[in-house]
Amino acid sequence: MRCAILGSGNIGTDLMMKLMKGTDASGSGVTPLELVALVGIDPQSDGLARARRLGIEGPHEGPDWIVDHADDIDMVFDATSAYVHVAHAERYKEAGIVAVDLTPAAVGPKVIAAVNLTEHLDAPNINMVTCGGQATTPMVYAIRRAIDLLPYAEMVSTVSSRSAGPGTRQNIDEFTKTTSTALREIGGAQTSKAIIILNPAEPPIMMRNTVFGGLPEGTDHDAVIESIYAMEKDVQKYVPGYRLKNPPVIEEGPYLTPGGEVPHRAVVLLEVEGAGDYLPPYAGNLDIMTAAAQRIGEAIAHHKADQKAGA
Amino acid sequence: MSADYRLIDSTLRDGSHAISHQYYADDVIKIVQGLDAAGVQVFEIAHGDGIGGSSFNYGFSAVPEKELIARACEVTTNAKIACLLLPGIGLADDLREVNEMGVQVARIAVHCTEADITEQHIKVAKSLGMEAIGFLMMAHANSPEGLVEQAKLLQSYGADTIYIADSAGAMTTEDVRRRVNALVENIDVPIGVHAHNNLSMAVANSIAAYEEGAKNLDGTSAGLGAGAGNCPTEILAAVSTKYGIETGVDPFALMDLAEEVVRPLMPRQQVIDRAGLILGYAGVYGSFLLHAQRAAERYNVPVAEILLELGERKVVGGQEDMIIDVALELVTKHAEQEKAGKDTTA
Repeated sequence: MRCAILGSGNIGTDLMMKLMKGTDASGSGVTPLELVALVGIDPQSDGLARARRLGIEGPHEGPDWIVDHADDIDMVFDATSAYVHVAHAERYKEAGIVAVDLTPAAVGPKVIAAVNLTEHLDAPNINMVTCGGQATTPMVYAIRRAIDLLPYAEMVSTVSSRSAGPGTRQNIDEFTKTTSTALREIGGAQTSKAIIILNPAEPPIMMRNTVFGGLPEGTDHDAVIESIYAMEKDVQKYVPGYRLKNPPVIEEGPYLTPGGEVPHRAVVLLEVEGAGDYLPPYAGNLDIMTAAAQRIGEAIAHHKADQKAGA
Repeated sequence: MSADYRLIDSTLRDGSHAISHQYYADDVIKIVQGLDAAGVQVFEIAHGDGIGGSSFNYGFSAVPEKELIARACEVTTNAKIACLLLPGIGLADDLREVNEMGVQVARIAVHCTEADITEQHIKVAKSLGMEAIGFLMMAHANSPEGLVEQAKLLQSYGADTIYIADSAGAMTTEDVRRRVNALVENIDVPIGVHAHNNLSMAVANSIAAYEEGAKNLDGTSAGLGAGAGNCPTEILAAVSTKYGIETGVDPFALMDLAEEVVRPLMPRQQVIDRAGLILGYAGVYGSFLLHAQRAAERYNVPVAEILLELGERKVVGGQEDMIIDVALELVTKHAEQEKAGKDTTA
């Protein structure tokens, strides 16, 4: 499947480096994605120069280039900003180009690679929530599947100041709102909260994510812990640097959550080390987005190929 | 008589940390009445970590804070009401909601190097006609020049007043003087200082800030607050009077409030114990204190070790989850040390 990346900043360039390796997101197969171009708006950008060096196109005409090349590309990874994505999403759809949206615009259905990868393979537009959402929703889901009902889940994401770009900084409410929604809609929590913290320490800290889940009376704590470990392995299939920093723990309350009082909580302390494709390893927040985008793009490509073969 | 500085009382916000966010409506009413009686012009009310702070990470409020804010708005006869909001924890939508209730001052708080995440929230506050105060936390962790740079950003977004907060109670008087002086020299809007008492410097630092040109000072009744507590308003008012600084508030009414209303509420008096002192010494965010004590008990590791490690890791306000992380790592470390000790004796 022929694709282009829109946005030649950190995320777009890192995704390009991943796709140019030729291997798929698991690292063991061949990617079905053929990268045609990295599209930016600044002809001087480092990302576009790299694209040309790698032998693909590096135009700077932005979203217009994508729409003008509808015959040459089937999919666009949008790594611009929520504002830009909202402004052009309809044009990609009309041009018949599948959009995988890495901004928090939330135009299309939300997909978390480790949870609902195959749920929206026919959608014209897929939203990838946020980096914190990709990192924590799987663990909320892991807790939820081990119990009948998860009354409340919470995530706290701390990223190094250096890896939080201007888009995140100017729209920090979009990050927390979109992430919190994903904890409910995809993670399965009844109520939720998302928190993001920026830490300026030097050398930069690795992305840290903590998931708290409220455990109702009668929860099988061992089942919760087991489910968390299983999910760690699932995410590692496409983000090798994703790991439990410490063993998950169950702490005793009671806790007066918005979803009602619970006697215990599960605490999942996560760390994400980036693969260092373009960005340094501390920028795990960006790496988990690009790795998940590749995973989702490949799932769509395989699905379309199967459909074609079947037809 | 006009006041030489504006006293902003934060008993109902920063004080909330010290009682693990267990304020009830009756407490709020009594405290608001006491503040009004003393002539306090502005008081702040919210969860200790700002609007939206009620959470696993920071502790759940006993009563939803917006209910308490609504009560405070109904009861006050004199003061303007402020709310704290930390972008990343609370939302601009929360400002809209509390503004409708009658909150007129928005304090937008951010780590002292990250001012650019406040633009959205300061602009919303201004569009609602609120006074917007930019609030740079953990100010000991940035240089005077660095703080000026950050304050300029806040000013460019429309902040009416800019505060530096000594959230770790880590600053000496000299640290405060240099920072306030740089801000007063380079920033057009009034400057404020929010002091904590971990090094027993809160009142002295507040007076020094005033002498350098700060026009706003924060405090709480009886020093109720995060860490070893805040600058106690009744003491600040009394000391100011002795310096001949006009506060516009009645120190005796503030003493009554502290003695008769706030002290009886306190689960522990606001003393500078070992853990509180370490916060100031190591420059660790004050509201970590009670969370660290709970983790220390739960995992049977020394609270001092937890706090020192948090200082080493340079955690910032809001990273309370790292307290559990550190405690679990200390458990592992101690187990390994014990094992190594046994191996050598064997």
